[in-house]
Amino acid sequence: MAEKFLMKGNEAVAEAAIRSGCRYFFGYPITPQTELAAYMAKNMPKRGGVFLQAESEIAAINMVYGAAGAGARAMTGSSSPGISLKQEGISYIAGADLPCVIVNMARGGPGLGSIQGSQADYFQATKGGGHGDYHMLVFAPNSVQELVDMTARAFDKADEYRMPAMILGDGMLGQMMEPVEFFEPTEPDALPKKEWATDGTGMKRKKNIINSLYLESEILERLNIERYERYKRICEKEPLFEEINTEDAEIIIAAYGMSARIAASAADALRSEGVRVGIIRPITLWPFPSEIFARRAAYVKAFLCVEMSMGQMVEDVRLAVEGKCPVYFYGRTGGMTVEPDAVYKEVKRILELKTAGGI
Amino acid sequence: MAVVTFNEDRCKGCGLCETVCPKQIVKTATDRTNVKGFHPAAVTNQAECIGCAFCAQICPDCVITVEK
Amino acid sequence: MITVFKRPHPLSDVSNTYCPGCTHGIVHRLVAEVIEELGAEGDTIGVAPVGCSVVAYNFFEFDVQQAAHGRAPAVATGIKRVHPDKLVFTYQGDGDLAAIGTAETVHAAARGENISIIFINNAIYGMTGGQMAPTSLVGQVTQTTPYGRKIENQGYPIKVSEMLSTIEGAAYIERVSVDSIPNIKKTKAAIKKAFECQLDKKGFSLVEVLSSCPTNWGMEPSEALKWLRENMIKQYPLGVYCDKR
Repeated sequence: MAEKFLMKGNEAVAEAAIRSGCRYFFGYPITPQTELAAYMAKNMPKRGGVFLQAESEIAAINMVYGAAGAGARAMTGSSSPGISLKQEGISYIAGADLPCVIVNMARGGPGLGSIQGSQADYFQATKGGGHGDYHMLVFAPNSVQELVDMTARAFDKADEYRMPAMILGDGMLGQMMEPVEFFEPTEPDALPKKEWATDGTGMKRKKNIINSLYLESEILERLNIERYERYKRICEKEPLFEEINTEDAEIIIAAYGMSARIAASAADALRSEGVRVGIIRPITLWPFPSEIFARRAAYVKAFLCVEMSMGQMVEDVRLAVEGKCPVYFYGRTGGMTVEPDAVYKEVKRILELKTAGGI
Repeated sequence: MAVVTFNEDRCKGCGLCETVCPKQIVKTATDRTNVKGFHPAAVTNQAECIGCAFCAQICPDCVITVEK
Repeated sequence: MITVFKRPHPLSDVSNTYCPGCTHGIVHRLVAEVIEELGAEGDTIGVAPVGCSVVAYNFFEFDVQQAAHGRAPAVATGIKRVHPDKLVFTYQGDGDLAAIGTAETVHAAARGENISIIFINNAIYGMTGGQMAPTSLVGQVTQTTPYGRKIENQGYPIKVSEMLSTIEGAAYIERVSVDSIPNIKKTKAAIKKAFECQLDKKGFSLVEVLSSCPTNWGMEPSEALKWLRENMIKQYPLGVYCDKR
């Protein structure tokens, strides 16, 4: 039995990054994510790494651009407003095919918003918050253990596909403590060398250039299309999700992150009363697990999408279901938390509509 | 005696070399145009050249090579 | 015959995209000459800005990263932290450094980041066709100051070297010009001192190079250098503003 640690989400993701061979973290204080930076400040120096508090989230993401372009595993972290500031940098990172990891412990918005957990950054994360045609890998863990596992995966997949990867948590996940086990650490020099990096020609190779500017649009179009062929392979190979009691379900709740844990409580109560309810929990938000929704839509009466926002993932569920059955939405916003009995009542309301031949 | 060679097709006819030649022997060759469509600069009287390379130092396009 | 002057190896043997008489070309060559003399080409990583020199990665033989507008000092910081023993420099114009990138510049200096910045001050935005820069002179006519830059509307030109010299993290700051042969020689010497300051790990270095923009100043190249001498040097006195090497 590996050793267990009781850790906050923000700190667990930091430890997981260091164990993934990340030695460069560029941060900026923002509630509810700041413990991540504080953990890095304390531990990076002890592990031969660099923690640097930048002058802004903009500077931090551009430091990640430089470090990633220089061949290192690099990470930054922030929360919603700070992530908005990083969008231009993320577009450049995607356009220059650079791997990196960005952590967003989302908070209520828009504007300065609130500091409690929220899921209102789904569109920004999955539909590309910056300019141009690009995507990020987006992982949405819902436990501190899964946060640890997804951080390691994010670094590996970012390197494999040479693109930015986001850990999309929320204030609750960042602030709560749970027991976690850690994987064996990977040392940076054990990682495969990145031949394309700018680490100096050493007069032994042609120069490497990290760039996203292509004034000849024919070339930029070709590069974008090549990138989208890579995205297509990712959509086929990399979607992750969890299913609970969906085989015999008459209604399925779609929820990710903390909302999925809350919905599970409601589902348990409903199941104990004989209501056949299931849950599909996307773990990767991009690539979105459309295929499983399409398959379940063949026989369920309805989906209920539960989010801590005004409804964003619900659109992807509807796209995946393609009208085979209705997709309802229930959510809270502004940093309010969805409550189990509200989900419970919503499922009952929908099923009554269905039995009464409403829809 | 110094030898100055101009990679004429790189010249943009900006004339800066002409303004710094202490011997006033660098002039724009108006009798020809290069691949860019500019009149290239050239040395009119190589014998007088002292090889100071001022022309080369102010040239923004590295057109000029100087040997002595 | 011995060669007195030839293209330095770190400068690519290609035609550059600068306008006729634009002094970017001179400064590129000086940077390459210094890197050649320091034998540092294999260990140099440059950072290009957004502006006329955005495609500088096409004109050098060493590794280059192209940075978002104003963010070159942050990109360079990321590179330098990964490769502390490499020579890392940014090459930036006055819009990139003194407008959108002011915070990145000030904080790189404040951190004493061991990088060098080659700051081209030609008092105008060249790439986008001649708009006012933070360093445009009072009264200077540009596309966005068609009636001349007015203090009451656009305020005062920023003296970057003086401003940064007050920052303790700065180890070496000098303002030079490429308007004449003697000043070109001084510019090369200043670039060499800045790169040596970095290689000796003394901290942040910056060389501000007064430069011309014939096209957008609307002048002949040699006339532009004359205008630079008579107007810009008055506003931006040449000299060493900080030297803690």
